[in-house]
This record gives sequence, structure tokens and C-alpha cells, in this order.
Amino acid sequence: MKLLLELFTDYTLRNVALGAALLGIVSGVLGCFAVLRRQGLLGDALSHAALPGICVAFVLTGSKAPLVLLAGAGLAGWVGTLLINRIVRDTRISEDSALGIVLSTFFGLGIVLLTWISKHNNANQAGLDRYLFGQAATLVASNVVTMAVLGGVALLVVLLLYKEFKLLTFDPAFAASLGFNTNRLSIGLTTLIVVAVVIGLQTVGVVLMAAMLIGPAVAARQWTNRLSMMIALAGLIGALAGVSGALISVSDHHLPTGPMIILSLTVLVLVSLFFAPARGLAWAWLRQRRQRRAMRAGRWQSKLKQGGQS
Amino acid sequence: MSTMLAIILTGVLVSSACALLGCFLVLRRMAMLADAISHAVLPGLVAGYFIANGPNILAGFLGAAAAGLITVLLVELLKNTRRIGGESAIGIVFPAMFALGTFLVSRYFTNVHLDADAVLYGNIEFVNFDRWFIGSTDMGPQALWVMGGLCVLNGLFVALFYKELKLATFDAGLAAALGFSPVLIHYALMGVVSVTTVGAFTAVGAILVVALMIVPAATAYLLTDRLPLMLGIAVLCGSLAAVLGFWVALALDASVAGSIAVMTGVLFGLALLWSPTHGLIAKQRRRARQRLHFARQTLLVHLLHHEAASNAAAENSVQHLSGELRWTPELARRVVETALRAGLIEQDAELLRLTAVGREQAQANLQTRALFTSAAVA
Amino acid sequence: MSTLPLKINDLTVAYHEQPVLWDVDLSIPAGVLAAIVGPNGAGKSTLIKATLGLVPAAAGSVEIFGQPYAQQRKLVGYVPQRSSVDWDFPTSALDVVMMGTYGQLGWVRRPGRAQRELALHCLEQVSMADFAQRQISQLSGGQQQRVFLARALAQNAQLYLMDEPFVGVDATTERAIIDLLHNLRAQGKTVVCVHHDLESAPEYFDWVVLLNVRTIEAGPMAAVWTPENLARTYGGRFHTLQRSPAAEVVG
Repeated sequence: MKLLLELFTDYTLRNVALGAALLGIVSGVLGCFAVLRRQGLLGDALSHAALPGICVAFVLTGSKAPLVLLAGAGLAGWVGTLLINRIVRDTRISEDSALGIVLSTFFGLGIVLLTWISKHNNANQAGLDRYLFGQAATLVASNVVTMAVLGGVALLVVLLLYKEFKLLTFDPAFAASLGFNTNRLSIGLTTLIVVAVVIGLQTVGVVLMAAMLIGPAVAARQWTNRLSMMIALAGLIGALAGVSGALISVSDHHLPTGPMIILSLTVLVLVSLFFAPARGLAWAWLRQRRQRRAMRAGRWQSKLKQGGQS
Repeated sequence: MSTMLAIILTGVLVSSACALLGCFLVLRRMAMLADAISHAVLPGLVAGYFIANGPNILAGFLGAAAAGLITVLLVELLKNTRRIGGESAIGIVFPAMFALGTFLVSRYFTNVHLDADAVLYGNIEFVNFDRWFIGSTDMGPQALWVMGGLCVLNGLFVALFYKELKLATFDAGLAAALGFSPVLIHYALMGVVSVTTVGAFTAVGAILVVALMIVPAATAYLLTDRLPLMLGIAVLCGSLAAVLGFWVALALDASVAGSIAVMTGVLFGLALLWSPTHGLIAKQRRRARQRLHFARQTLLVHLLHHEAASNAAAENSVQHLSGELRWTPELARRVVETALRAGLIEQDAELLRLTAVGREQAQANLQTRALFTSAAVA
Repeated sequence: MSTLPLKINDLTVAYHEQPVLWDVDLSIPAGVLAAIVGPNGAGKSTLIKATLGLVPAAAGSVEIFGQPYAQQRKLVGYVPQRSSVDWDFPTSALDVVMMGTYGQLGWVRRPGRAQRELALHCLEQVSMADFAQRQISQLSGGQQQRVFLARALAQNAQLYLMDEPFVGVDATTERAIIDLLHNLRAQGKTVVCVHHDLESAPEYFDWVVLLNVRTIEAGPMAAVWTPENLARTYGGRFHTLQRSPAAEVVG
């Protein structure tokens, strides 16, 4: 209760909560398309690939301004996606191997650069390694404004091209037959996912960002059969997980933000999977048990009848 | 043993152990499952320590291996609910496991030497300091023994179950029909992957384990079509990356594990571009050659189709080719030129005619295709 | 309309430089129900996809009412194979049918009341109006196929290209599709269907294209549907097929 009150008065707390909520909304919305296109793990590869981008941006500019570092992250994430696409399209290596290759080698490069920077730049890298697990407590108002602008643009594009993205996700061949440039649409959607990842790096970190895209979408899907509703719910669930995780983490400085957000999110996903009204697993199990019992009872009855007749 | 030698040897052993299993992961399209397992190690270690009431190595090892298997099981369970797709299931389970691990570490083990950074990077740099003593005899670096053991274990696993692994990888249905349960093989493989991941990650960290499992195997997959050769090349690539990575790290004074991962990537990049069979450059060249050959055959078939028709004069003119076949004038010119030179067609002013050889080839073209399709029907 | 709804000239399509269609020439006159028939791997679906520009042609051209497809999109309706999409997608039958209007709407503009009413009307034509709000995974295979047909109707086209609309549907749906095809023909529209069932083809369609990588024969059903032509199409194995109890080539 005290925490909730501080939410409106405490400067740090307000920034943290706002930042985490923003991240949750943007990644929840875009994650819906990623999950429905069966590209959930692309976000994982993207976020890992972003790490060397952060480092290179820092080495080149010497600046630790989030905007600079995030630009580097976005660029590297983009390069990673292009590589994955190229490998899948032009070789016999399957998509999941291509994801694994880009993810692990880019991340390796990021770690090499991180350790190199720490030894050659007067141990001045303290700001960089927080991108591994995220540290929401370090968010300041200008960070939140950056996130809001980036996320706002991404959401605006989704709003404008909702019809096109929906068609692309459901039936790309039909979309192409209608004359929509599915190639460009697809690249556009991936770019928006890169933006969502970039927004999340400061708060959740590269390691766990994948869940921020996948979790809210999967949870939301259980509650509704309509895409527009799923997107809205995913944004809400993402925001809820973001805020609660960030607040838990701020309340105890030992707890890193990213993992706390992901744990909150996991709880929401599990609750949705089990207890969502129509698709909930719990209800399905109950139904099954009732049926089985009814069947057993039926068998008993017929057995009794037979017994009575003989 | 010198520190340098110990590090290099550990690196080579880790890469070899990982590369052997990686081949099957790549072929079975389970690369990201390996990624998931590697993230589950952390909570497993913590749980092991928790039960053993301290940083007990054996307990940690068992806990982590169990956590790896639990991850695989959870992914399967989630997938089987048919409420989420396979890749979403992976993407939910492993972050949750890893987050749980970091949470437990920061809550209960802040004093123990186990932090998330070490989980990600590993500390192969210090292998020579962590030594194994039997009684008071110094047996050498502990990691060397662990990784050597895992190498032997994986080598034995692949050698003993080679036939089963191969069958289950390429034809799960046949394997099941022959009495080799694909499910059993799947979990056996995942069990070995889990144990290897745990052993390897203390040395090189979670992400590098993934790099060493997947990237050398994928590199080998670009270089050969035969499984035994693929296993050999993968081990070689992994070992080479370990040695190269060490030197680069030394030169840059940077993370050894990271450098090794980058080197696996560099080797993969080289194979991606220059593999004689599956490389992008070879493919590009072959495609250009095939395109011309194919265009020539198209021309022959086109001429054959229209030579009896009343409008043959119009259909089979050079000009018509770029018009009707939608070829650029340049492509049309090259195709006609090479076909003329090969004696497949002859040119009479603007009109193109098949030679006897050309007609035979055109008919053969149609026939082989038709035979092939009727075989498919039967 | 005097020009042909569909005219294909010397079309060659290759996957990995392996020819799937080889120098195909084809003309479909207006107002016919045409079946594309041929063995497995004959390139039937590819012919449709190449017509729509979904797969690149190595050579040749396609004309829709005398113009390239890119300029005539609004005259063409497309029914893809039912198995080509994920039916667990969170959307309703009505929503899917409205997608048929997206081409007319163009970029950014949203479907409104007019599109909604058109979609409902199209669902009625395939007797699916009662299922408009149903989530698509809760429809039977035949009902899903009818939703796809309704979506093509919503395109309000002159020429319809359908990829195996009869595969895996129930008797009711089969009846509904045939009625719909006859309706379309009565309105002077042209339909081209990939069809795999040799037994029903002469009954349902009045025009036929026998395809096996190249056009073997094409024309009115009565003239073209002969055992000799079918034997040529199926590589001499047609007789064995015909004698088998289910004269059906699995597509």
C-alpha cells in the first residue's frame, strides 16, 4: 500500500513504473504478431544480437547516452535478422539453427567487446553491463521519454497498418494476391519488433527480452478469439507484468529487474493457460474427468442391467 | 601444466564434447531447445546447492542436469496442450527458468560465488586454479577431468547409439516401427545434452555452450552430406575455434569464452560463403549456370511445341523470344547464341529451327519430367 | 467481354531450376467452369500461383482480360488451399470474409459498415450466415472451405481461381460449392479450379485443362475428356487408375 502511494510521489519509482509499463505495452502488442507468425524466438535472437551493437556504439562515440546505445542495438539487431533470413533462405540450415547461430555468436562478440571495453576504458563500462539483465532503477525521466516516443511511433504504425499486418499474419499468399507488398510489410513488422526489443533492453535486458514478446501474447490468446482484443489484452498484461516486476525489484535492491518482470509475467501466463474461461486447461481437465466418470457410470449401469437379465 | 595449455586443452575438450551432440541437434532442428537447456542450468545449480546446504559440486551437477530435462519436459507439455506453438513454449519456459535462477541467487546466495555474469561468461580463464586432489595428490585442473570425462561419455554415446540416433533423426516413423522408441532416443539425447551443458557451462558459460553445440555442427552441415564426416568436421571446427579464440582473447585481453564463440561464428561465415557444395558463392555460380542451361532447354521445348503450328514463323522468331517469353533481349541473345554454338538449333534469318539433336533433347526433356510425375502417381 | 478472362502464353516456372511448368499455353473463355486436372506434381497449384504472381515465372506471360495481372487484380478472386493457413488464428468467419474487400480498400483504409454487409451477404450465399461470429477453428473443414469461398465472393471478381476447393469437404459443402459455381456461371463469371477427383470432374465442370508440366490438352469437357487424353496426361497409367475402386489421384 505504501509502495502504491509512493508510486505517485517518488520520482524514481514513477519513472521505473512508467518505463516498465511502456515496455510491457509495446512488446505485448508487437509480440502478438510475432507469436501468431510463429516467430516468437526471433525476438530472442534479436535481443542477443543487440549487445555488440551497444558496445560498438559506445566505442565509436564514447557516449553512454541511451539513445546512442539503443541506436547501435537496433542496428545490430537488424543485421542479425538479415543474416538469419539469408541463412534460412539460401542454405539448408533450418530456422532454429540459424537463430541459435546468430544469437550465440553475436552475444559472444558482445561479451568480448564488454570485457575489452572494461579493460581499455578505465573500467568505465559500468553502464553497459546493465543491459544484460536490465536495471530499471537507473531509468531517468529522459529515458522514459525516449521509450515513450519510440514506442508511440511503433504503436501508431500498428494502428495505421492493422488491417495489413493482420492479413499478412493470417494469409500472406492471399495478401500478395491482393497486391500488398508482403515482403516490405514483413520487413516493416520485424523492424517494429526490433524497436520493442530496443525499448526493453534497459529494463529487462537482452537475456530475457524474448519472454516479454512471447508471454503477453500467449497469455492474451487464451482469453479471447479476436485479434484486436488479443492485442489490447497483451498490452495490458505486458504492462501489468512490467510494473509489478519493476516495483518488486525496486523495493529490494538485491533483485534485478528483468528476472522479476519475467517471473511476474510467467505467473500471468500460467494463470491464463489454466483458468481462462474457454481455453483454460483446468476446465478441460474437469470436463474430461466428468466425461470419464459418466462413461464409467454408464458402463456400470449396463453391466448391472445385463446382470439383472441373465 | 602451464595455465595456457590448461585453458586451450579445456577449450578443445569442451568444443569436442559439444560438437558431437550438436550435429544431432542441428539435424533434428532442436537448436533452440539446447539454448533453453543452457538457461535452465542456473536454477538447477541453485536447487542442488539448496538441497546440499552449500556449494556442493555433485549436488549442483545433478540439480542442473535435472533442470535441463525438466525444461525439455515442460516445453513438450506446453506444446501438447495445443494452446501454444512449439517455439512460443520454448520462449516461455527458458526465460522463466533463468529468471527463477537469478531470483534465487540474488535472494539466498549473494555470498556464494555464483553470480549471473559467471553463468553467462563462464570462467575458463581460471581453470588452472581449480584443481582436483585425491588425498593430497594434485591430479591437475578439475575442469580438464570433467570435460575429458564428458568427451568420452559423448563419444561413447554417439558410437554406441549411432544407428539408433541416425534412424530416429532421419526417419522417426521407421525407427518406431523397428522398435527403437523415438521418444526414448529423444530424452536420452536431451539427457546427455543436459549433462554436457552443465559440465561445459562452468568453464565457458551458458551462451558459449549454445555456440559450441550449434555453430560448428551447422558449419559441418554446410561442408558435407555424410553424417560421420559431419561429426568429424564439427569436432575439428569446434577445436579450431577454441584454439583461435584463445589467442584472440589473449591478444585483446578480452573474454576467452566470448572469443571462442566469435571464432565459431567466423568459421561458420567462411563456410557459408566458400563451401564448395553449399556455400553462397558456389550456389550463386551454379544458379547462374543452371539458369542459362534451363533457359536453353526452355527455348528448345518452346520451339518443339510450335514448330508444327501454323504460326511457327511468328512464334519461333528471335524477336518473339523477348516478347513472349518475357526474356530481356540480352538473355534471349545469349541463350540463342549458346544454343547455336551447341548445335541444338539453326537460324534462318529471323526464324529459329531445331536441329535433330535439339529436337531429341527437347523431347527427352518433356519425357523425363512426364515419367517422373507418372511414377509419383503410381 | 470480348477479351479472354485468362490467357497464358509460354509460361515456364521452375523451383530450384527444376521445371514445374514448361512452356504452358492456355486460353480460358468467358463464362465457363474450368477444371485443371493432372497427376501429382503436374504443377496445377503452381499454375494458379504463377497466374497470381505469387511464384515468379522464368519465362512467359499471363493476361487477365487482355492485361497483366498487376493491372487487373480487382477482377480476380482467389481461393487458396484450405491447409495453407493456421485456422487457430484469433478471428471470426465474418472477419475472414471481410479480408476479401481489403484489396478494394487499399492501404490503411479500414473496412466499414458497407464491407461488413457485403461480407454477411457473401456468407449467406454459402449458407454460413449463422456462423458469422464463430471463431474459425471451431468450424468444420467444409465450413472453413465455405468461408474461403465467401471471401473470394467478397472480392466481387470476374474471374475466380480456386485451389482444390473440394478437398476434404463434407457432402453438404460439396453441394454448396457446386451450387455456387453454377450461380457464378449464370452471372457470366469464369471459374478455374484445380481439381483432383477424376470421377466428379466431368460432372462438375464444362471445360477442362489436362496438365502435366505442359498443357496436354484443353477445351470443352465433352471434346477433351477422352481415355486417350487422360492416358497421355497420366503417363499411360490412367487405365489402372480407372479400374481401381476409388478413381482418385491423391493431390
